[in-house]
Amino acid sequence: MLEIVGTVLLLVLKSFVLLALLLVFIAYALLADRKIWAAVQLRRGPNVVGPWGLLQSFADLLKFVLKEPVIPAGANKALFLLAPLVFATLALAGWAVIPLAEGWAIADLNVGITYIFAISSLGVYGVLMGGWASNSKYAFLGALRSAAQMISYEVSLGFVIICVLLCAGSLNLSRIVMAQDTSLGILGWYWLWLFPMFVVFFISALAETNRPPFDLPEAESELVAGYMVEYSSTPYLLFMLGEYVAIMTMCALGTVLFLGGWLSPIPFAPFTWVPGLIWFALKASFLFFMIAMVKAMVPRYRYDQLMRLGWKVFLPLSLVSVVVVAFVLKLTGLAPGA
Amino acid sequence: MSAAAAFFYLFAGIAIASAFMVITSRNPVASVLFLILTFVNAAGLFVLMGAEFLAMILVVVYVGAVAVLFLFVVMMLDVDFAQLRQGFQQYLPVGALIGAVFLIELLLVVGSWTIDPGLMQAPLGPLASVEGVTNTQMLGRVLYTDYVFYFQLAGLILLVAMIGAIVLTLRDRPGVKRQNISVQNARTQEMAVETRKVPSRQGVEV
Repeated sequence: MLEIVGTVLLLVLKSFVLLALLLVFIAYALLADRKIWAAVQLRRGPNVVGPWGLLQSFADLLKFVLKEPVIPAGANKALFLLAPLVFATLALAGWAVIPLAEGWAIADLNVGITYIFAISSLGVYGVLMGGWASNSKYAFLGALRSAAQMISYEVSLGFVIICVLLCAGSLNLSRIVMAQDTSLGILGWYWLWLFPMFVVFFISALAETNRPPFDLPEAESELVAGYMVEYSSTPYLLFMLGEYVAIMTMCALGTVLFLGGWLSPIPFAPFTWVPGLIWFALKASFLFFMIAMVKAMVPRYRYDQLMRLGWKVFLPLSLVSVVVVAFVLKLTGLAPGA
Repeated sequence: MSAAAAFFYLFAGIAIASAFMVITSRNPVASVLFLILTFVNAAGLFVLMGAEFLAMILVVVYVGAVAVLFLFVVMMLDVDFAQLRQGFQQYLPVGALIGAVFLIELLLVVGSWTIDPGLMQAPLGPLASVEGVTNTQMLGRVLYTDYVFYFQLAGLILLVAMIGAIVLTLRDRPGVKRQNISVQNARTQEMAVETRKVPSRQGVEV
């Protein structure tokens, strides 16, 4: 009995440490996002709170928490408040299986990648519930758009993941990273061998997390702010947080699947001494930088073009590459466990 | 009570309670959400049985895709409860008769129910796993070697159903302006913009 209590306490402690690290990282990722966006547009970005605006995210947090939450009169109160909670919790739950360094995952599941896939497919409920419970047509339209978009891009994301799984021969995220541990270093990672899939993954990740240029669910110009339009204060903060956590999850997933996770890009002495966590953070930050740059540089997609891209371009492309990758692995005898 | 048993009762209890709420709750959207809760708890039970792949696939397929479609449809409905209850008195005798017949049938079935004595000896926990083979690999081997024909057949049936659904909803409406993306992308400034000299007080013919 004592043993079980000990294990549970250790798990809780690990989760809290990860949560704290993740939230601080996201606070600065948010600031970086705004700074990069500003730099591209020759602005300064947030620079008032703290030196170089470093405390801006914390000031925002305080502002959101202290504001009054407004609940619309016609809203379904329970669902209205439940939706942001569901959204943020599910986004955070995905981090339980991500290996930050060798053996540093809270749960090293055998089906880690399916778990993340399942959790991210649940995220759509937060959006749908929020949009419906708000009892506003703008929120509802935004939620419907968002749900359709997330489901569409999940399909091609799934096929991209299958390509990686075929190469790695395991659904365990740590094993996927270890499968990329070759003497080639950075050239042995899957981003090079599955480069088209890396591109599809990146773009699908943008669409899956409702990032610009695919931020149609919250398109300010037509839907005000999509499913979030009626939200204020802490519930809004939770939606915002969930969105950024989901983006970081996608960055981490991209790091694990394509950029060799915690592995050093140059596989010999001085570089392999650097702790895996630092490599992981650097790679995830690089992917986040790319996502931030896309936001700054690319105009928003039209909705029908977004759907066309998902169903008519990415789906056939990723489906064909699953077949091609499987054939190549089988014919060259490179398939793991063959 | 071991931790596994505690979790079993937790998941099973929530699953049954939310399944009950699915049929009793007034609001159809709440019903669908309770259905999702039932699915998620069923996935938890699968995890306890050591079938983690099935659990995740249950969540991905049923919760992530099927239930979203339910929710889509239900949210679009404008259910008027007053109108729904209008014919209640009128349909009561017929409904009660059908209900009674079902109840008697169910009682007959349950009354003659016996549990296979062999089942009591069957292992109730997860089966001992084969050395070095995960649950997912094992499922894959069984599906793609022993039952590959049935697997393909199931896929074919689903494909036919999908094509059927598409054919049923496909309407070729004349006079609809279609978006041709390649034509749109191939447009140049010369094709799109025309500069005209507009004489004062006369205008131009477009």
